[in-house]
Amino acid sequence: MEFAFTEEQQMIRDTAESFFTDVSSSEAIREAMATPEGYNSELWQRICTELYFQAITIPEDFGGMGLGYVELVAVMEQMGRFVVCAPFFSTVCMASTALLMAANEDQQAEYFGKILEGETATLAFTSNGNFDARGVTATYKKDGDNFTVNGSYRYVIDGHTAQSLIIAAREEGTTGTDGIALFVLPANTAGVDATWLPTMDQTRKQAQLELTNVALTQTNLMRDNAADKLAQILDLATICLAAEQTGGAQQILDVTVDYMKERVQFERPIASFQSVKHKAADMMTKSEAARSGVYYAACIAQEALVDGPLAGELAEAASIVKANCSEAYFQNAGDGIQLHGGVGFTWEYDVHLYFKRAKATEHFLGNASYHRERLAGILLD
Amino acid sequence: MKLSFSTEDEQFRVEVATWLKDNLVGEFEQLKFRGGPGDEHMFPEERKKWEQKLASGGWTCVGWPKEDGGRGCSIEQQVIFHEEYARSGAPGHVGHIGEGLAGPTIIAFGSDDQKKKYLPGIVAGTQLWCQGYSEPGAGSDLANVKTKARFVEDSSVKGGGKWVINGQKVWTSLAHESDYVFVIARTDPDSIKHKGLGFFLMKMDQPGIDVRGIEQLTGTSEFNEVFFDDAECDATDIVGKPGDGWKVAMGLLGFERGVSTLGQQMQFQNELNQIIEIAKENGTSNDPTIRQRIAKAHEGLKIMRYNSMRTLSSDAAAGALQKEALMYKLYWATWHRDLGELAMDVMGAECEILEGGPYDLTRLQSMYLFVRSDTIYGGTNQIQRNIIAERGLGMPREPKIAIKA
Repeated sequence: MEFAFTEEQQMIRDTAESFFTDVSSSEAIREAMATPEGYNSELWQRICTELYFQAITIPEDFGGMGLGYVELVAVMEQMGRFVVCAPFFSTVCMASTALLMAANEDQQAEYFGKILEGETATLAFTSNGNFDARGVTATYKKDGDNFTVNGSYRYVIDGHTAQSLIIAAREEGTTGTDGIALFVLPANTAGVDATWLPTMDQTRKQAQLELTNVALTQTNLMRDNAADKLAQILDLATICLAAEQTGGAQQILDVTVDYMKERVQFERPIASFQSVKHKAADMMTKSEAARSGVYYAACIAQEALVDGPLAGELAEAASIVKANCSEAYFQNAGDGIQLHGGVGFTWEYDVHLYFKRAKATEHFLGNASYHRERLAGILLD
Repeated sequence: MKLSFSTEDEQFRVEVATWLKDNLVGEFEQLKFRGGPGDEHMFPEERKKWEQKLASGGWTCVGWPKEDGGRGCSIEQQVIFHEEYARSGAPGHVGHIGEGLAGPTIIAFGSDDQKKKYLPGIVAGTQLWCQGYSEPGAGSDLANVKTKARFVEDSSVKGGGKWVINGQKVWTSLAHESDYVFVIARTDPDSIKHKGLGFFLMKMDQPGIDVRGIEQLTGTSEFNEVFFDDAECDATDIVGKPGDGWKVAMGLLGFERGVSTLGQQMQFQNELNQIIEIAKENGTSNDPTIRQRIAKAHEGLKIMRYNSMRTLSSDAAAGALQKEALMYKLYWATWHRDLGELAMDVMGAECEILEGGPYDLTRLQSMYLFVRSDTIYGGTNQIQRNIIAERGLGMPREPKIAIKA
């Protein structure tokens, strides 16, 4: 069986692990999360120059590494473990994925070029917390080769710092999956106003975008009738997010077990009490199941990227892992607080960083019940 | 990392599927989807004939080495075989304890004579095995076995004597159908725990062995009590040396998780498919909570599959601790228990109505009741959690407390 990392994939995973262990310390996270930008730009530049991770999925023809989703998932899992504060998810998992799936060659050359140089980007689509076509309420009006876009976007990851934007908007008067188009534009385009939204999870920033009579041209239009493409892009990003959740679910388990081996009460390490061992065993079961699911989804994502025989399973795979990993991460993080006892409730210990990241990732791109309903639609309707 | 199989393996898949399609007909038609866990009491004779039919096509013991009579299939081919077997609806293997447990143990630890004596009957599907592990006082605490093996010298027989076994085993599935049993018993009467045990291969049909069915909450009796009253075992039928029993028994536990987990999952898939059909028929497929639960069951089953794929893909030969293998029993048993409840909740009030009297359960009713044993046998969920915490996470054992005399 070849359902395991290749040597090269393992190397990428190990590189990510050792680099993030080093740079994403508790102090570094806390320093970054206290700023409105939410990341240290020097660290982002190191990720881009020393690791070249922003280039993972960018094809070699454009100067990227030309690797696939299995490699990206391996990196995301490690980013999740160390709660890395960087615009990686927005730039690579969302924007680059959108460019790969829906941009023309000129747009890819231009915007992949920017990303390779260490510029950031994000994807804005929903205004109302529906993470599918129902969320797209911004509209565009077409006039020959010109487009005018109006509307708002909420929950835009790194939306106030991203240098390039990919946006979904619908032709005026359309509903549902009809009339949705994807555009790519510099964030400083006239009429784009981005406001940071302070969030409970401070380790990844969100923004509100208001677009007022933003004038775009054919060069900005990635694709119209793009509802299917948008769904695929979101499914791919969802799998990345589930990988991050898997890493988080694992790390909170490891940190908690280490703590319980040190903490002595009743003249025993508390790790020797069955009641807490059983909770830890449940946490490990969840984190291993999450990992098995995410690696499956990574393979399916790769198939979708290259249009392989299993590409049709993308939506199913994305929903399976997002439902599963959202619950696994949140429950592990909650149990992590409980098993740490009083110190788990302090700002000083890092447990709350995971607890908060878990809830943020649970709802972004659809929570467990949303994704299970999507699965139910596939199975029952 | 990839999910797809090679072209050769896909050809093998076609070969398996075709053979099953061509042979699971006529007298065997009635066996489709029967004889799995919770249904093992059904059609024992017919299923034994099916086992021999499989053997005639070379489809028993597919993962065993060729020199031991197996088909020598690669892991990939074994996965494919189990998948296609379950997909075809072919019945539960009556020979699975011999093929999956006794045989691999004899191959790994047995003498050449034992291999010659026992392996051909397993491969041919003519000789069935059962497992004599648990005792009334040795369930989760397996090392606490009390059954005794005493060596009686007799220079007139091969090996210089014979073993005489006394004691009781319990929860022995298929004992009433079996030709042989493998037993762990204490060879050193003064020993405690996992020291001083032996691993014995014994004939069931002898005066010293008495089998009594245990009537389960299903009303059926797949499980038995087996009483040993001066039962005899040839001197040459101990696997390893006296005192090696625990090592052999633990080696055997390793065989329990392997490729066969994928076949079991295909059976789960058949059950889930049946539940989905009922939900569509009776309209519960429109109930939002049922929809969530069916989706969650599907999610868990897919994850189980890829968890097994991970186990099979990782480098077990290097002796690496596989966390995904450690948690598998707890995961599937809990999932299956939930599936039983889901089945009844999808059926609604109709779940109470039996197929017939006095206590003739439908397949799903039987499954729903039987899954309550899944979280107990082979290590309860609580024991599994101890194993995971201690072996997977390195957490210390509970301090032992002496029982007051």
